[in-house]
Amino acid sequence: MTPDYYGSLDLPPLKLDLVPADLEQRFHAKSRLLHPDRFARASAVEQQAALDASSLLNDAYRTLRDPIRRAEYVLKATGFNIGEQGTKDVPGDLLEEVFEFNMALEDADEDEVAAARQRFVEMRNQIDDRLPKLFAVHDVAPDRAILEELRSLLNRRRYIANLISTASGEGIRH
Amino acid sequence: MGTFQIDFGTSSKSPRIIGIDLGTTNSLGAYLDATGTPRIIPGADGQMLVPSVVHYPLEGAPVVGYAAIEKLKSDPKRTVYSAKRLMGRALADIEGENLTYAFDAAASTQVIHLAIGVTPPEVGAAVLRTLKQNAEAHLGESVSQAVITVPAYFNDAQRQATKDAGRIAGLEVLRLVNEPTAAALAYGLDKRKQGLIAVYDLGGGTFDISILKLHDGIFEVLATNGDTHLGGDDIDQLLMTVALEDLQSEWGIDLSQNGEAYQSLRQAVIAAKHALSTAPAVYLDFSWLGKDYRRELTRDVFERLIMPIVDRTLGPCRRCLADAGVTVEQIDEVVLVGGSTRIPLVRSAVENLFRSRPHTELNPDEVVALGAAVQAGILAGDVQDTLLLDVTPLSLGLETMGGVVSKLIHRNSTIPASATETFTTAVDGQRNVLIHVVQGERELVKDCRSLARFDLKDIPPMPAGLPKIEVRFLIDANGILNVSAKELRSGQQHSMEVTPSYGLTDEQVEAMILASIEHAEDDFRERQVREARVEADQILAAIEKAKANEAWDALTDEQRAVVNLATNQLLLAYHGEDHELILGKIEELNEATHPLAETMMNTAVQGALKGTKI
Repeated sequence: MTPDYYGSLDLPPLKLDLVPADLEQRFHAKSRLLHPDRFARASAVEQQAALDASSLLNDAYRTLRDPIRRAEYVLKATGFNIGEQGTKDVPGDLLEEVFEFNMALEDADEDEVAAARQRFVEMRNQIDDRLPKLFAVHDVAPDRAILEELRSLLNRRRYIANLISTASGEGIRH
Repeated sequence: MGTFQIDFGTSSKSPRIIGIDLGTTNSLGAYLDATGTPRIIPGADGQMLVPSVVHYPLEGAPVVGYAAIEKLKSDPKRTVYSAKRLMGRALADIEGENLTYAFDAAASTQVIHLAIGVTPPEVGAAVLRTLKQNAEAHLGESVSQAVITVPAYFNDAQRQATKDAGRIAGLEVLRLVNEPTAAALAYGLDKRKQGLIAVYDLGGGTFDISILKLHDGIFEVLATNGDTHLGGDDIDQLLMTVALEDLQSEWGIDLSQNGEAYQSLRQAVIAAKHALSTAPAVYLDFSWLGKDYRRELTRDVFERLIMPIVDRTLGPCRRCLADAGVTVEQIDEVVLVGGSTRIPLVRSAVENLFRSRPHTELNPDEVVALGAAVQAGILAGDVQDTLLLDVTPLSLGLETMGGVVSKLIHRNSTIPASATETFTTAVDGQRNVLIHVVQGERELVKDCRSLARFDLKDIPPMPAGLPKIEVRFLIDANGILNVSAKELRSGQQHSMEVTPSYGLTDEQVEAMILASIEHAEDDFRERQVREARVEADQILAAIEKAKANEAWDALTDEQRAVVNLATNQLLLAYHGEDHELILGKIEELNEATHPLAETMMNTAVQGALKGTKI
């Protein structure tokens, strides 16, 4: 069901800790081989195969080059449901913070909104700092507990990202 | 046919692919020469540009290019210009556009019909056909495959319309390439091994900005942005408004509805605009029915007038930088493309934004066609180490509950790109599922561009939610959407009916191809003359070459005189319009060169016997 992004880039399956430069180098090398430009005068069957292979390659690179989308892909491929649910429920420790933030939005208190935004950005950065360690641990010994921790971290991150985008614009204008 | 058939080194190769820049104002063709250098293909008149203007006489074949520009003033209703702005659009999109030809408001809403009975793709096809013929005459071989450039910000319908134009013109369009990307290729910036390039392309009708990353011959587009309705035409229309108002107050007449007057004033305005790129002030001269109008236009006033138009290009530039995830400081080089970048104000705006001096070495009118020829070389396998990885300019999405768009493929995704989505039924026994695909960045369907509706038909009656149909959306390397559906249980392809929101159906394109073949009857005579000239070129070139051979010196004075006389007679016939005369003179020249050919053969044989090469 999930397309094989790792196979497309000749990467070991579901490895989370990837090096951007290596990924780019693989992407370029495989593009040279698979891009439809290389098959402009080939048979219809070969052209279709090139189209399928290169679109898979492009989809794979686009997904795996981004650590968040990469982690989501791995969770999905290992059977986790990572729908929108996690973004709706307020993480417990954020309840008070979110309440104050909504007040500031209602009062159109720009200073308070900006300050909240700054705190949310810091929270997101903290999560982003934790991810590589979690990736490395996963790659050494992949187990379900780590993936579950990863999922809850990503849900929290998505929730915070929504708060940041609200604080960055659309919330204040009306 | 001819007997003068010594092979002077032309080897038979796979058919050539030409590159074409189908522009709003001008179009050009280009090819890769034997050394791999892109070259512009001149027309029979020796001009590189073919103005994208088509005149449709009441009878006979359409007239294209400079000859059609002449008709803009005398027959404006039957002369079409800036048709690229109408490609893949509906009548409602072009309201407020002041064009001197009329539209058929009663025709279908999917495609614009001009009152004279043609659609924009057919107008494009007329220009493409001229470029094809120019290429055939210049290269001396038939040409049926092409790479055509389109504005990077063209949507699916506009791309499809361009491809249709190619088909109608008898060209297999092997690839649509984005204009700014083509320009980057032409600049040979691959000589620089790595770096970030911004291409700023302001043409006659469209504006594009693209940011590319170069890496060992790979041109990876990081992001693109633009406006398919912003260009030199807008400047012309602005100047026209000012001039028409001025004329109204001076002469007390409104000339805006008079096609002849409008076109001749428009040409005066365009001439003034061009002159202001080098002169600090010009006179706008216009005469109408014995009255003369003259106004001085300084560059200062001109710049204040067009400032808002130039400013409109800066927003897309900033969004493009943001999408590419790079800052202005990281950009290594900036390239200017399109005739409107000759305007000093445009240059300084770009310089201010990117804080670096842009590249202008190549002619901004030619650079896109040259790049298309390089891409043609890539497709033909003649250019091995270069590869373009382009992106889709607009997000692709589906209509969901409440008219909200759910994005499937985001803008600036490298193409080919794909996404799959599984659909099911909401009601027991439901037989159809309707999918509405849109293109654009906005949240609501009504603010995006409707692309097509797909009807998944003949779903076997089952309880709601049980049927599972997987639909795959794939944007190909031309930036055009392909959709296929699969019934997940059986794994079989599921049939569907596609209704494009804008554009011609396959049947309509077929009919236009047939119609163009009928027109081709009219073109036939002209074509025969061109073909005869191509043949003449070949024999003349062969003889010129043979004259350097020692066999030429071995001929008697008399034999040489006969060849020279026949050559001169062919040259005289060459410039006439009688193809039979040209062919007759070719035959005579062939006869005259018999002794030369024989002597050359003998020398060759003797050379071979001696074991030496000639």
